[in-house]
Amino acid sequence: MKGVAVTGMGIISSIGRNLDDTLFSLQNAKDGISKPEILITRHKNTPVGEIKMTNSDLSEILNLPPDNNYTRAALLAVFAINELLRKSNFIHFPEDTALISGTSIGGMDKTEEHYFDFQEKKEVRKYIQAQHPGFTTENVAAYFGLGGKVTTLSTACSSSANAIMMGARLIASGKLKRVIVGGSDCLTRFTLNGFHSLKILSQTKNRPFDDDRDGLNLGEAAGYLLLEADDCLNGKKIMGRICGYGNANDAYHQTASSENGEGAYRVIMAALKKADLSPSDISYVNAHGTGTNNNDLSESVALTRIFGDNVPPFSSTKGFTGHTLGAAGAIEAIFSLLSLQNDEIYPNLNFQNHMLETGLKPVQVLRKQKVDTVLSNSFGFGGNCTSLIFRKND
Amino acid sequence: MTRLFVNGMASISPQPENIFNTGLPETFNENILPALDQDYKSIIKPMTLRRMSQGVKMALFCSKRALLEAESDKPDAILVGTGQGCMQDTEKFMENMLVSEEGLLSPTSFIQSTHNTVAGQIALDLNCNGPNMTFTQNSVSFESALLDAMLQITDEDFNNILVGGVDETSKEITGFQKLDGQIKEEKINNLHLFRSKTTGTIISEAAAFFILGKHKTPKSYAEMLDVEIFNAIDISDLNSSVLSFLNRNGLTVSEIDAVILGKNGDLRFDLYYDKIQKGLFSDICQIGFKHLVGENNAVSSYAFWLASKILKEQTVPEIFKLNTINCTKPGFILIYNQYLGRNHGLTLLRSI
Repeated sequence: MKGVAVTGMGIISSIGRNLDDTLFSLQNAKDGISKPEILITRHKNTPVGEIKMTNSDLSEILNLPPDNNYTRAALLAVFAINELLRKSNFIHFPEDTALISGTSIGGMDKTEEHYFDFQEKKEVRKYIQAQHPGFTTENVAAYFGLGGKVTTLSTACSSSANAIMMGARLIASGKLKRVIVGGSDCLTRFTLNGFHSLKILSQTKNRPFDDDRDGLNLGEAAGYLLLEADDCLNGKKIMGRICGYGNANDAYHQTASSENGEGAYRVIMAALKKADLSPSDISYVNAHGTGTNNNDLSESVALTRIFGDNVPPFSSTKGFTGHTLGAAGAIEAIFSLLSLQNDEIYPNLNFQNHMLETGLKPVQVLRKQKVDTVLSNSFGFGGNCTSLIFRKND
Repeated sequence: MTRLFVNGMASISPQPENIFNTGLPETFNENILPALDQDYKSIIKPMTLRRMSQGVKMALFCSKRALLEAESDKPDAILVGTGQGCMQDTEKFMENMLVSEEGLLSPTSFIQSTHNTVAGQIALDLNCNGPNMTFTQNSVSFESALLDAMLQITDEDFNNILVGGVDETSKEITGFQKLDGQIKEEKINNLHLFRSKTTGTIISEAAAFFILGKHKTPKSYAEMLDVEIFNAIDISDLNSSVLSFLNRNGLTVSEIDAVILGKNGDLRFDLYYDKIQKGLFSDICQIGFKHLVGENNAVSSYAFWLASKILKEQTVPEIFKLNTINCTKPGFILIYNQYLGRNHGLTLLRSI
């Protein structure tokens, strides 16, 4: 397929509060992994990819009243979409602009903060509905006055990749002219303790695809793309096109990925087919690569099944941002588009030794090379696997 | 455009499915309505059943029954709408985490707390590698899944898609809904819901799943024509939103045979339904369902079940009727639902 045009981007993560800062960090191997300072938790020494801005800092920048009911994920989303809007030709988004957002846990930060207060404190009851991801998306829609198609995908760590895919389908089918797609997730004690209980949090900086990898770092981020139909581009700058996508289920285990990477294999093949490309057409793979034993092995096996001895240059950017859960697919879509625009591949940080099973080595330092097509993977709990393919607009 | 037929379906709610034929409702005097218990172990292995929360159980049971009815082993994709997700496991993990002050925790309830647990568990059980989506947008969660079904059946050239809506209740988190005005303060009998002149509603747990196929079969219930979602509609714009939806399907109001409304007895937001009941659809058979099955974020899937049933059986049971206008030959049915004045969904079906 020709692909759906991406005409705008906005991002905030632990490596930057806008596209320029993000690009600078990616090019200069500056990670955003630190000890938690904003998130109040007992796990004080567990590294995270935290955005060093409090909710009040964010509310103030966004001109929200102090008594607003925005969740942190909503604040981050609005912050990122504001950048997208600022750099577009619009003063306000046109009325028919849709919003499809992905999030894993939505406003769980407010639920955990006030869980035992709802009964007694009337003033915090505005957060009762915050637990449900749609609430966060509604906050965002309200901020930008989006009254039309607005929905939320919640498929754990592939949420925003799936939001991008659905948005692309809506444009390609002719049902929509313009849609904001992406996702947002914030750090919470709920997820930090959840991943801790699964014993997959690294106590050091995460090392995707390394033989000695020992888990992931959680992160927080929001990233959004503007997708527009070709007949309303009017000569706008196109950052790249989404030309392939696919989703499949591993149907293997509720949390673990299969040893043969079946789900990953299927989606990559599906995305290639949709894009009408063969494996050798892929210039770079932005891998899911969380740094857990299970994911990285399963994904490596899938890559070797598809690409054989010719695995293209690949890297996981989780070493920069940590695993930002539902937002990961969206921010990595943006990294992929930056890679296309600048003809460069961002490194897989903290890698030392290749894993014995596959011998695969990711790109370890910034590499300048022609990048025409990028495959971006996002895999989640529940066996949910999504791959997106981006290509240059020419 | 690929057509979509309802080729199999099943629902679990506070009412038995045969209410459609018997007209005999279950009555409740509590404002949180449980779903009627089912013979789950008849089609779900007892070993796996024990670990399942109410939502997963209801959804898997309905999925398997819908597949059986459609004589299909496995769908090409699984699309689930759930506004509140797996609240029981969320509540469990949340309380353990807070009470233990982030102590040693068992991961089981965390694993099962993610919103896509239901869709993931169905895929595991059916060994289905196809696309697996979970939509969670308040009262348009199910409609979002329908929208994706329309997109995927064409884009992926699928034959059969499993689409469903499910929401469960949990002790504390559902209880919170009493505090912010979502649940009525005074206890009422569900059958008196539309007579109540107060704010809030009655909340329930329910599930309804469907096999949507691109081919008509002898068992098909109805054809789904279109779906649309609106995050916010000003009440003064409601008519034009409904009309333009009908218009894009080549229909006028007079061609609609019945309208199913998500009226829920909340004085503040039933205004939307009142407006079209007294206006656009005043001469058309009006149908309600929340006085029987209560309100929840995925309950429009019950309305979809009801519409499909009406279109197949060609009758509108009295117990669902909101006015006295007869509908002798149901052809086109429109479903309109919203919650708290946000997340409006319009769905159109027709008889085959």
